[in-house]
Amino acid sequence: MTARALLVLASLLVAIFAASPARAERLIVSVSNHRVTVTPNYSGEELVLFGSVERDADTPLGRTNYDLVVTVIGPRADMVTRRKERRVGIWINSDYRQFLQVPTYLALFSNRPFDQIASPEVQRRQQLGLNNVLLMQRVGPDYADVVPDDVFRSAFVRLRSERGLYRQETSAVTFLTPTLFRSTIPLPAEVPIGTYNVEIKLFTDGALVTKADTAFEIVKVGFEQFVANTARQNGLAYGFVTAAMALMTGWMASIVFRRD
Amino acid sequence: MQLYLPIADIPVNVFLVLAMGAAVGFVSGMFGIGGGFLMTPLLIFVGIAPAVAVASVASHIAASSFSGAISYWRRRAIDPTLALILLSGGTIGTALGVWTFTYLRSLGQLDLMIGLSYVVLLTSVGGAMAYEGLRAMLRTRRGGAVTLRRPGSHGWIHGLPLKMRFKRSKIYLSIIPVIFVGLVIGFIGAIMGIGGGFILVPLMIYLLRVPTSTVIGTSMVLTLVTMIFATMLHAVTNHLVDAVLALILMVGGVTGAQFGARAGQKIRGEHLRLLLGLLVLAVGIRFAVELVIRPTDLFTIRETGGGAP
Repeated sequence: MTARALLVLASLLVAIFAASPARAERLIVSVSNHRVTVTPNYSGEELVLFGSVERDADTPLGRTNYDLVVTVIGPRADMVTRRKERRVGIWINSDYRQFLQVPTYLALFSNRPFDQIASPEVQRRQQLGLNNVLLMQRVGPDYADVVPDDVFRSAFVRLRSERGLYRQETSAVTFLTPTLFRSTIPLPAEVPIGTYNVEIKLFTDGALVTKADTAFEIVKVGFEQFVANTARQNGLAYGFVTAAMALMTGWMASIVFRRD
Repeated sequence: MQLYLPIADIPVNVFLVLAMGAAVGFVSGMFGIGGGFLMTPLLIFVGIAPAVAVASVASHIAASSFSGAISYWRRRAIDPTLALILLSGGTIGTALGVWTFTYLRSLGQLDLMIGLSYVVLLTSVGGAMAYEGLRAMLRTRRGGAVTLRRPGSHGWIHGLPLKMRFKRSKIYLSIIPVIFVGLVIGFIGAIMGIGGGFILVPLMIYLLRVPTSTVIGTSMVLTLVTMIFATMLHAVTNHLVDAVLALILMVGGVTGAQFGARAGQKIRGEHLRLLLGLLVLAVGIRFAVELVIRPTDLFTIRETGGGAP
């Protein structure tokens, strides 16, 4: 009991020290729902992220020109982008680029354009904007990200954006008061199941002041979860049931529609 | 009404999927084909991942061909002996096909192979059927008798040994070409992910000279067994069969298949062949156009999980 209390105390102390660097602001954030459940009538959802900038005695008094960048990163997966080319009169996939462990969902929100928040150098270092987020690729023998206007990278970002899975909005974060902010996180219906990390970065005068993390998860529950789990863990039984279901449906129909 | 599909991981409109199932079911009941070559592209068009679409369509085809097979059985329009011998060839063909599929995938460019074989098969089979149907129609219009089975013209097929009497179909035929046809269908079906009914029906009519009265019912039995087998295989190996999607498709499909089977019995054989020929030809041309026309987007993304492309 005492050991546990000590542990809690220690971790609290660590947390306090970690959260109070030289610059004295601190971010308190939360999302409206930490667990999005997928039910039969699920068709996407919109989460609200809200929070405030906590100031203390060390904070320079007149400082209120805050900028905020919210990055939402969905579960990661490997993907391939292919390019079609015309060969002997027909269009076939010729060239491809592998994207390794890239986010399946990626959203970047801020209160004003990234150019106005920080210098290009800071933007690159802090991965502000879809052009600066690290998308690891396999280029020949190397593993690296490439320049933003690379054909494969820009096609990849464009195709994901068309499906609403990659998005960047530089007016999505609203400061309600100089220190209180909110933003919405739109999740389209085809958003992948899994854990989503939300990273909030606070900037002032073009420099990073502090950052905070939170997360939410999208999970299947009830019937959806049961079906998905059975399909994965009991393939044979699942196949039998589906096949039996097919035969039953066919047989029922022939009874229902029997005329003689 | 929107419903979330647990394996496909997207919501779909239930009534849209029901209608798609019914439409394809009608066609399949009418012509005695599975309709996979119509259903799979439709599902992909709605936004379902190709792999899930192919796997779920198999069980849908099983359901509608079973309901069709029952009603053909009641009309004594199925030749059980013929079905059994076709199936024995079909099983070997499927096994060979799966093996070839794996080999082609290891070489890469499997998608292109599938696309090309769709084009070649659908346009040639569809074209031949439409042409034959048209010629038969013109012949009847001119007053000539329609003789699908020309009594005098015993081709080389009838010279083969191991002859057997197929009572229900009223034909006397060697089992060698029957097994061969089953083998070819099983092979093609496994590679292209289709039941193969649209190839089986013309092969049975033109090559084996099976009378129109039993050809559709018998081909349905073959489709039923292969598709049940395919459902099991997909469920065990890829875990991609969406039972909810399959159930919606089935309910629509079996309903459509009943009306289709009834409509099919009313239409004259050569008209039926012309219609099916035109349908198959149209799908084939669509695939060909896709290969030849410059796509609107040259790039595509596919999730690969952890594996190689």
